[in-house]
Amino acid sequence: MAATTSDAGTTRRDFLYVAAGAVGAVGAAVAVWPFIDQMNPSAAALAMGSTEIDLTPIQPGQQIVFKWRGQPLFVRRRTPAEIASAKAVDVSTLPDPLARNANLPETALANDADRATKPEWLILKGVCTHLGCTPTVSTPQIPEGEYGGWLCHCHGSMYDTAGRIRKGPAPENLAVPPYTFLTDTRVKVG
Amino acid sequence: MSGPSTYNPKSGFERWLDVRLPLPRLLHDTIHTFPTPRNLNIWYTFGGILTFCLAVQIITGIVLAMHYVANAGLAFDSVEAIMRDVNYGWLIRYMHANGASMFFLAVYIHMFRGLYYGSYKAPRELIWIIGVLIYLLMMATAFFGYVLPWGQMSFWGATVITNLFSAIPVVGNHIATWLWGDFAVGDATLNRFFSLHYLLPFIIAGVVGLHIWALHVPGNNNPLGIDVKSPQDTVPFHPYYTVKDAFYLTLFVILFAGFVFYAPDFFGNPDNYQPANPLVTPPDIVPEWYLLPFYAMLRSIPNKLLGVIVMGGAIVTLVFLPWLDTSRVRSCRFRPLMKQFFWAFAVACVILGYCGSQPVDAALGPVPLVWLARLASIYYYAFFWLILPIVGLIETPKKLPASIAQSVLGDK
Repeated sequence: MAATTSDAGTTRRDFLYVAAGAVGAVGAAVAVWPFIDQMNPSAAALAMGSTEIDLTPIQPGQQIVFKWRGQPLFVRRRTPAEIASAKAVDVSTLPDPLARNANLPETALANDADRATKPEWLILKGVCTHLGCTPTVSTPQIPEGEYGGWLCHCHGSMYDTAGRIRKGPAPENLAVPPYTFLTDTRVKVG
Repeated sequence: MSGPSTYNPKSGFERWLDVRLPLPRLLHDTIHTFPTPRNLNIWYTFGGILTFCLAVQIITGIVLAMHYVANAGLAFDSVEAIMRDVNYGWLIRYMHANGASMFFLAVYIHMFRGLYYGSYKAPRELIWIIGVLIYLLMMATAFFGYVLPWGQMSFWGATVITNLFSAIPVVGNHIATWLWGDFAVGDATLNRFFSLHYLLPFIIAGVVGLHIWALHVPGNNNPLGIDVKSPQDTVPFHPYYTVKDAFYLTLFVILFAGFVFYAPDFFGNPDNYQPANPLVTPPDIVPEWYLLPFYAMLRSIPNKLLGVIVMGGAIVTLVFLPWLDTSRVRSCRFRPLMKQFFWAFAVACVILGYCGSQPVDAALGPVPLVWLARLASIYYYAFFWLILPIVGLIETPKKLPASIAQSVLGDK
């Protein structure tokens, strides 16, 4: 049967073995995917809403923690002194020079104006970029960390009054979530 | 040492079974006549103790799962119900929680024994490596279990440990999200951790089978570290070592019971009696005591990715141990120099554990603990990658005895 034997000595049967094996391997790999992907967030987890926050009760120098997408959200009304100290920092000296602001392009730099669109209102995800703890806010009465912003007690990361990482193991500035001011005293996060 | 089988089926039924499923033969050869060095000391009883620990965790765990609810809204209360309402629930849960600590206490003694007597050296490399795998599985199981009561330490421990994966470049955040099944630790995370916590002990039991199988090919090492040379050097496993193991197991169970009945929360963290709160991190996050040395390494490095690498590398390093030790002599009894480095290593591990248990900015007098942890971490790595290879080459070992029998019995 010349039709089933090629010049190299491989037979029609060899080809069928390899082809069947390859199809079987691809099939097995495809069958694994649902078992991996089932662990990713479900449709319910993906359908996360947004939160509207009334800013009127927040006093200057005060931070209030809200819950947004299951995680803490910091809304801090900064004092003029805190804003001034954040503006005085040279961005090029920061461990993370990027703004990490979801409202701006990814390349935006971490100068204070790009961390807080309205200087008085600093809105951040309260999730330390090291290992996810909630940092503790610093006040003039009870200082936390060396930069007047936040200290993460888990592993000692210190953030300044613009939520930028200054010292410790955290690699990035605290993330700024997407938000829009609906009025001067109402903000929609998400 | 796993020589020809000495099993001799006596009854007709045993002969019938022996040519179909030779289970009695396997048991006879492995736990009855198995030739075992006659000089094994107390530190060799921990293999049996560990098997007991695994059995206790599986039995108490199966019972707890009959009453526990793996739901973020109900988990904490269901554990409280186990403690207050379920008949003897308090006892079974305290056995399970303290059993985990006893398990790790025994495994650390078992590992340091192997390190001291050179039990990882040829031809026992695979026994050691399989043991490291069991140790890793134990840590994963313990971590999943610690999350289940859904207290503050459960929640934030889970957050910190799963965030370790976010240190991986590019795909790290996706891996963390995949582990969580959400954008933070939550109900989905709790459910899958419960599923895995139930699965892993049975995997451990299987790997323990491989560990014992691999052990029964070359047979036990012994405190002298020399090979068995004649039948005079050994005694049958039963009754000599079944009885010895049982005696020390009894002492171990007394210690275990002491914790369960008199100090059941000794190893626990009071913060875990507060329900999980995703908005408030406890002031000081501390893992269970058996993970503290690695936690101290993580914290001593002011860079996220590097910290995770150093911590993980400390465990991965153990896999290479059989080839890092260049000495021809196994036991530290005959290695005067290595003996000192060994004890320094044990001290370094205790120092790391202490540093990991303290707040992040604590100091011992004028020395910030973070620096102490750095020194101890450097020693940990140096011990494996520098000291073991170099000392093995330059050290002059003491004279080895001619045989185990001669060492034990004298020149009779």
